[in-house]
Order: sequence, then structure tokens, then C-alpha cells
Amino acid sequence: MVKVTVNEVLCKGCGLCVRACPKQVLALSKAKLNAKGYHPASVVDQEACIGCASCARTCPDVAIRIEKD
Amino acid sequence: MSVVFEKTPYLTDKQFHYCPGCNHGIIHRLVAECLEESGMGGNIVGVAPVGCSVFAYDYFNVDMVEAAHGRAPAVATGIKRAKPDSLVFTYQGDGDLASIGTAEIVHAAHRGEKICTIFVNNAIYGMTGGQMAPTSLVGQKTTTSPKGRDEAWCGAPIKMSEMLAQVPGSYYIERCAVNNNANIIKTKKAIKKAMQYQMEGKGFCMIEVLSTCPTNWGLSPVEALKWLEENMIPYYPLGVYKDKEAK
Repeated sequence: MVKVTVNEVLCKGCGLCVRACPKQVLALSKAKLNAKGYHPASVVDQEACIGCASCARTCPDVAIRIEKD
Repeated sequence: MSVVFEKTPYLTDKQFHYCPGCNHGIIHRLVAECLEESGMGGNIVGVAPVGCSVFAYDYFNVDMVEAAHGRAPAVATGIKRAKPDSLVFTYQGDGDLASIGTAEIVHAAHRGEKICTIFVNNAIYGMTGGQMAPTSLVGQKTTTSPKGRDEAWCGAPIKMSEMLAQVPGSYYIERCAVNNNANIIKTKKAIKKAMQYQMEGKGFCMIEVLSTCPTNWGLSPVEALKWLEENMIPYYPLGVYKDKEAK
């Protein structure tokens, strides 16, 4: 079991994590706006995550945390 | 649950002021992780530049000094000579290092100062509003070259890594990029190696990291990475330009 957490306060909605994810686990949530005025990335398919940390490594705002069982 | 990835304590809790998708954030994280892994703890001094990364002193959780524009290698020289056992690094952009500060970086390399420099090259002046930099590509449109950079008028973009690799005092020079995961991992290895060489007192090390500027390039963050791969990497080839250890 892998858990991805995006800190939506820090996220600037650049979409680099969405590009980096090989399993389409993340997407920008168009329905949400954070305090900075961006559409933050959010987890849409937690089950598909393989815990490779590609998203976290590419995030320019270091907003992603990954945990594993 | 065990943590696979989290923010290093060598970055402060201050939120980055960078634009969405700016690669400075990735490079800051890599530098901070390398500082953590260096084991030097409180014996690290960083020198911040002028440019977009001028607030680097707020983000790295180590002692930081702000230098005048382009003069980070000169300030770092003084710090390293006064405190030879410290890990001293400079973090500079292309406007800082390849333009106003060219004299300082060339002479710091020439003297073989035992410092390491992280040089972030995004081929434009970001903070001042997207003007043409010495590193802007031929044909690249900027606010001061609206028809694209003309080589006959402005010359060819300056290749700092190739140039400094020719200087006898430099020890290790590598050009990296952070456009994908493989390159991010390679960049971290390069920065770590540069810091290792410095702690061993080997000589001047510089890691050039190609970076995007989505705002001033007028592209989305994802398109900007594609532009970097198609235009910047062919002109600024990645690789090790000098490694005296490898001989």
C-alpha cells in the first residue's frame, strides 16, 4: 500500500507531477482553487500508485510526500 | 508506514516565491538534499546571487550570505579561505554568473578556489522581465530581441561549462538538466560529487543545470520542458566537461 499526499497549500498547479507519473495517479483538480489561486494537483487513483516518487522528485515546490507500508 | 519521500530539513518551511513550474525549486531541493547527505551540519555556508534566486538565503536551512550581483564566487573565496574546513557553495543564475559576474567566476576557477558553484542556466533574464541574456539561444524571442536573437548582432550564446573546463584551475565541471527523472537523479549525483571534491579540498567545481523559465518563455510548464529538450539540450550538450579525478 502506497500513500501519496499533495500539499495543496504549496501546490502551484504547474502539472509537472502529472507529466512525470507513469500511472496517471495525479491530476489537476479544475474544480478547486487554493489560496494562491491555482488549481492544485490531487490524487485521483491512489490504488494505481507504485511509489516510484517520480512526482515528488519533479515537484518544484516540494509539495508531495510518499509513504509505503 | 515508512516514508519514501519527504521534504529535507535542509530546506526551510518558507514557501518558494518562484513561478509555477520553475525548475529552481527542483534544483534547490537537490542542493539541500546533498547538503544534508554531506554530513557537514552547521559547517556549511552558501552564497546567494542576484536574480530570481536572490531569496535563496530564505530557503536553505544553512548559513547564507547575500553577495552583490555576480560577486558570489568572490565572497565565497573569502569565506572558504577564512574557514577552510567549511563546505562553501554559490548558487547563481545565468544573468549573475554568465553576464555581470563572468570575471569573478573565471578568476575563481583560475585560482582553483575550493568552492562549488551551482549554475542555473535558463537562457533568459527572469527577474527583470525576460530580457535577452548572453545565454539566450540564436532566434530566441525575448523582450529585448522581439524578432529573435540575431547572431550577427549579438553573437552566439556563451557556453560557460566548456569555457571553464579549459581553465587549468577548475577540477570538476558538468552540465546537467532536470527535465525528467533520470536527469534529476544524475544532477543530484553531480552536485553530491562536487561537494565531495570540495570537502576533500580538490579544487573548483561547477555544476551547470539547464532550467526552464515558463513565464518569460511564454509557455506552460510542461511545454517549457519540451522546449528545453528540443532547443537547449542540442546547443548545450549534457555531460562531464572536466573531471580531474577521472584521469
